[in-house]
Amino acid sequence: MAARTLTLLQAMNEAFRQEMARDPEIVYVGEDVRAPARGESAGLIDAFGPARVIDMPISEAAMAGVATGAAMAGARPIVAFQVTSLLFPAFDQLVNQAAKLPHMLGGQTHLPVTYIVLGSGARDGRAGQHSDAPHAHLLHAGIKCVMPTTPHDAKGLTIAAIREDDPVAVFVPALAAGRQGPVPEDAYALPLGRGAVRRPGRDVSVIAVGHHVHWVLAAAAELAKTGIELEVWEPLSLLPLDREGLLASVGRTGRAIIVDDGNRTCGFAGELSALLAERCFGRLKAPIKRLTRSDIPIPYSRGIEQTAVPDAGKLKAAVEQVMQWRG
Amino acid sequence: MADNRAAIDRDIAMYRRMRLIRRFEEWQPALIDAGEIIGHTHQYIGQEAVAVGVCQALNADDVVTSTHRGHGHVLAKGADAGRSFAELMGKETGYNKGRGGSMHLADLSLGIYGANGIVGAGAPMAVGAAATFQRRGEPRVAVAFFGDGAINQGVLLESLNLAAVWRVPVVFVCENNQYAVTTAIRDVLAAPIVGRAASFGLAAEAVDGMDARAVHNAAERAVARARAGGGASFLECATYRFEGHFTAERGKDFGYRPADEVAAWRRRCPIVALGDALQGEGAWTAAERATADAEVEAEIERALAFARASAYPPADSAHDFMYARSYPETPARGWE
Ligand SMILES: Cc1ncc(C[n+]2csc(CCOP(=O)(O)OP(=O)(O)O)c2C)c(N)n1
Ligand SMILES: [Mg+2]
Repeated sequence: MAARTLTLLQAMNEAFRQEMARDPEIVYVGEDVRAPARGESAGLIDAFGPARVIDMPISEAAMAGVATGAAMAGARPIVAFQVTSLLFPAFDQLVNQAAKLPHMLGGQTHLPVTYIVLGSGARDGRAGQHSDAPHAHLLHAGIKCVMPTTPHDAKGLTIAAIREDDPVAVFVPALAAGRQGPVPEDAYALPLGRGAVRRPGRDVSVIAVGHHVHWVLAAAAELAKTGIELEVWEPLSLLPLDREGLLASVGRTGRAIIVDDGNRTCGFAGELSALLAERCFGRLKAPIKRLTRSDIPIPYSRGIEQTAVPDAGKLKAAVEQVMQWRG
Repeated sequence: MADNRAAIDRDIAMYRRMRLIRRFEEWQPALIDAGEIIGHTHQYIGQEAVAVGVCQALNADDVVTSTHRGHGHVLAKGADAGRSFAELMGKETGYNKGRGGSMHLADLSLGIYGANGIVGAGAPMAVGAAATFQRRGEPRVAVAFFGDGAINQGVLLESLNLAAVWRVPVVFVCENNQYAVTTAIRDVLAAPIVGRAASFGLAAEAVDGMDARAVHNAAERAVARARAGGGASFLECATYRFEGHFTAERGKDFGYRPADEVAAWRRRCPIVALGDALQGEGAWTAAERATADAEVEAEIERALAFARASAYPPADSAHDFMYARSYPETPARGWE
């Protein structure tokens, strides 16, 4: 299969095009879909027309709800949220309706809806209402979530999400959205529930969620020079979760640091930490560490913004701490 | 003649405020490019007559809720340009102590309940404030500013209904600049906005939003009605943003607005219009106008110098202000 270099959002755009060409029941619903500032829906309206590429007013609750109804009637909607915090105006429709209906209706319907959630964990002065990383909110409601960080994975997981017969949210981490990388031309789906070892290492497993994986890899290369070998494991699919892959990595190293952009309290890092404590206790050499964002809205000013989020300095301190424990 | 003098003074005050807002906004691209302002801003250029015309009809203890395009409302309600620039630069002397930035500028002591990053979100807050004034028998009024894009947001429609049913002292000000980012309001609306507002039982009126005097007159009527216990009103102000949706749109053409449409609206600059009208009526001379412009310029220079000289918040203060009362390790740090 031939591969070219694309950005992560270009790869997702290609996924939309290829899937929409394959299945006429796929419709794309979003705000400013004709002229998207970041390009994710570029050209879709010309290719598929306004009956399948639907430009919405600023009505997020209705946007989520019409997708549910359309899915009950047999469509396969893709719903794009421009900003992560726009999930919140839509929350009733997402949590009370889409997440619950298949079960409450005793399996009479599936809801093959894909939610595209752009700009997760944005930085650089987006401040409190445009920097959220709210994957844990959807996970808590039982909605399947994936979070690719390379163009290759973004295309494959977007296609997998579209083909899945359940609601799946594709979170696009802000700091990875512009990343470039090779992307095969043909359509392909990556399996949900499969994580990846991004760098093997013997001393500490760093579970890097979302865009953190890129700077964690750089930090791991630095630390290797001092003789400490980090294993970097990326979940990619948050629900379903690759428990086997996670437990295998931490089982090998005996030390775990979880780096996540969501809030700390009841966050995804807390969930992984609990899982490791329950299933991997006998293999642990050190207490599990979490690096998350603080339980505050992301502050606007640069210095205090940095205080509130995980970074390489905090990772190095955490590595020092867990390495004090000699198993 | 005394009345006339008062009207002239009021118009000159509106001219100066509009000019201050314009210059405040015009500075942002350069400050962003220099890294002094973080991120992007939504400039208010072209819409100054709405914020200024409305706020000129308000008292100091009246309140406003604003939007992502909020600098104009904030300055029109009496905010200091220096502390506003300081907030945009993320400085400790900014109105939000550098926590909020462009989209969250607020000063409750000036009745500014805040710019807002979520479209439509300020409207129920204005209704809540107005309901409180009503319950206490205070003669205060709340104004909710929002764009045409907010008119299809559920919470805004819920707020219109509540305000009408409760007859609270609120004035809804819809700034119809005809676009929400790239979406033309005509494409997402099947009936006129004023008619929709009227159907909720609100006193609704369409206003030329490029004419500060017309906005002010309409706002005075609505505010007087609200203060007298006559209930809520709705003003739809026809206006236009001269620049892109936000500063990141500079140099790009998303093709959603025809160039001749933009040019035609730019010729209707509300500041030039009011300045010219005052001159034509003999209310002030060209020299007096130039002096006013120079004074605004000096004010902007002073404001910039103040903001630039201010300090950033200390890194370890990031966790302040989350709760009225904090408990140990609450809010949780991300690394402890
Ligand atoms: C609830 C919500 N949906 C979407 C957005 C993204 N967004 C920010 S501004 C904007 C357009 C708002 O248009 P309008 O209300 O007309 O105000 P204008 O920008 O024209 O001043 C959109 C869609 C948001 N901030 N909040
Ligand atoms: Mg608008």
